Amino acid sequence: MIMIEPNRQGEVWVYAEQEDGSLHDVALELCGKARQLADQLGVQAAAVLPGSNVAGLAQKLIAHGADRVYLVDDPQLSHYQTGSYARVMCALVRKHRPQIVMYGATPLGRDLAPRIASEIRAGMTADCTDLQIQDVTDPRTKTLHEKLLLQIRPAFGGNIIATIVNYDWWPQMATVREGVMPLLDPDSSRVGEVIREAAEIDQASLALKLIERHVESRKVNLKGARVIVAGGAGVGSRENFRQIYELAGVVGGAVGASRAAVDCGYIGKDHQVGQTGTTVRPALYIACGISGAIQHRAGMEESAKIIAINEDSQAPIFSIANYGIVGDLKKVIPMLIKAIRARQ
Amino acid sequence: MPYDSVVCVKQVPDTANVTADAMKDDGTVNRASLPAIFNPEDLHALETALEVRDRFGGTVTALSMGPPKAAEVLRECLYRGVDRAILLTDRRAAASDTLATSFILSQAIRTIGRYDLVFCGRQAIDGDTAQVGPQCAEKLGIPQVTYLEEFLAANGEVARIRRNVGHGWEIVETRLPALITVLETANEPRPPSARSVMRFKRARVEAELAAEAQAAMPEASDAERRAEVARRAEVLRNRGLLMEQWDLDRIGADLSRCGLSGSPTKVYRVQSIVLTKEGFTAVPATEEGVRSLIHELVTDRTLG
Repeated sequence: MIMIEPNRQGEVWVYAEQEDGSLHDVALELCGKARQLADQLGVQAAAVLPGSNVAGLAQKLIAHGADRVYLVDDPQLSHYQTGSYARVMCALVRKHRPQIVMYGATPLGRDLAPRIASEIRAGMTADCTDLQIQDVTDPRTKTLHEKLLLQIRPAFGGNIIATIVNYDWWPQMATVREGVMPLLDPDSSRVGEVIREAAEIDQASLALKLIERHVESRKVNLKGARVIVAGGAGVGSRENFRQIYELAGVVGGAVGASRAAVDCGYIGKDHQVGQTGTTVRPALYIACGISGAIQHRAGMEESAKIIAINEDSQAPIFSIANYGIVGDLKKVIPMLIKAIRARQ
Repeated sequence: MPYDSVVCVKQVPDTANVTADAMKDDGTVNRASLPAIFNPEDLHALETALEVRDRFGGTVTALSMGPPKAAEVLRECLYRGVDRAILLTDRRAAASDTLATSFILSQAIRTIGRYDLVFCGRQAIDGDTAQVGPQCAEKLGIPQVTYLEEFLAANGEVARIRRNVGHGWEIVETRLPALITVLETANEPRPPSARSVMRFKRARVEAELAAEAQAAMPEASDAERRAEVARRAEVLRNRGLLMEQWDLDRIGADLSRCGLSGSPTKVYRVQSIVLTKEGFTAVPATEEGVRSLIHELVTDRTLG
């Protein structure tokens, strides 16, 4: 297998991660991104959907931006395992020669994508937080490469941002963090094409036997979140916490809480940040109605940036914040949501 | 039945503890000032391999790719009881991305020859890619089991493993040989044994001997220094203290697949993030104030 030459008419692909018949949000986020990149390149956006009894998911991928869905429906794909799924993806990449392939940077995506990259001898950039199309001149050869995919990711423990490119060795492949690409509203009137592809799965690719499986509905993932929006007693009620969820949704972040908010019954203990909860160090921590007791600060003061919103200008949270907004949450949070939506 | 394991270990800059001392005046990180450490998850991979040897017998070989200084992590492996330590060091391997790195490591593992299990940490803290393990497995043509939390059992050609799948766990059986990546929640790595430290603290690879000879005999000719290195190497070899040092020729690596020429991905640009907390900014609780705050966070890439 020699390296694959650039195919400038190649499509922009999304690996459509699904589990037990439901699509992972990140697959839908990436469909929206694929749509945008494909329009810039003047090509089609497509999703690849391997699984068993998953045909019903195709329309959802189309509604989120795919022009085409390559459906690989096979009982042997009922449980994910690296070997069989990689076999399917590699065969399709060789057949259709996409120019870009994106995967969610989920545990599954980070298991699958490098295996595929290795087999087809392509580049792979992990955990991207942004993807852009740009003309790039290779500083070594001075050759201009048109419309390359800039793969932008934090590295070195989050201390640097690196931009990675593949000059002439394609496809360009990346995993993308969950929640960094906005989840667009689906457009159910969109029309796309579903193409059934046959899977050739040999026994060698089914090396693993699943013995037992125990998964919970998605738990709060504070540790892995790049942005955390946290609410305190100042939020005032369980009902008002919806605003916190809404803001977190818009920034692609997780929802945290102070102990006071948990004790008041506004939200579950899973969300608690602080000495007796989870210690976090996200890129951005938005503290809403949190006064900032030492026990809470101990769990979040390592955050790279902190925004504090509180009615009390003397609240200790302001002493560790980079940005402080003194005001009413009910007014400030909608303003934030509006401003963030506006820049998208 | 006994199992032979290879553990891939990496020396990395301690990116988790970037302190004020590591900051340059412009607020960016001075990488050279960061201490070089044993990649944390690789220690857990090593512990898993040692536990497998404790339970079933067999051998553990530690393999590291890096500059001569990376021999430090191999000594750490000897202190914890590995049977064999190999440093793969070659300037032609520099600038390898994950594809080229996994090619080189897989060639080294093939050269080691007999193995039932290959253990790697899930990811290294300098790049956080988690790609080299799976890519090595593919190059070796063996199954991979990522995110091990517990090595449950092994029986003949089959191992049973509990792996973390993010929002839960699953137990899988894999045929052997297989490559396993290990999470830090898997175990508590054993400390170095005092006896092994006494025994192996003088263990060296040849490249280290060369650097030591350079420092000790600045006035000597190259030939004199080479003779001194050969002499010291012979002394260490006789005492079982000369760690193996391999280059790309030793593992028969196709050079076009190593280093820059074997790497499809290229770093186009690097921006340092200024780590020092800027002073406090009071943002007015107005549409305009909030808008400029969001603009600032988008511009400095805090928001994606």
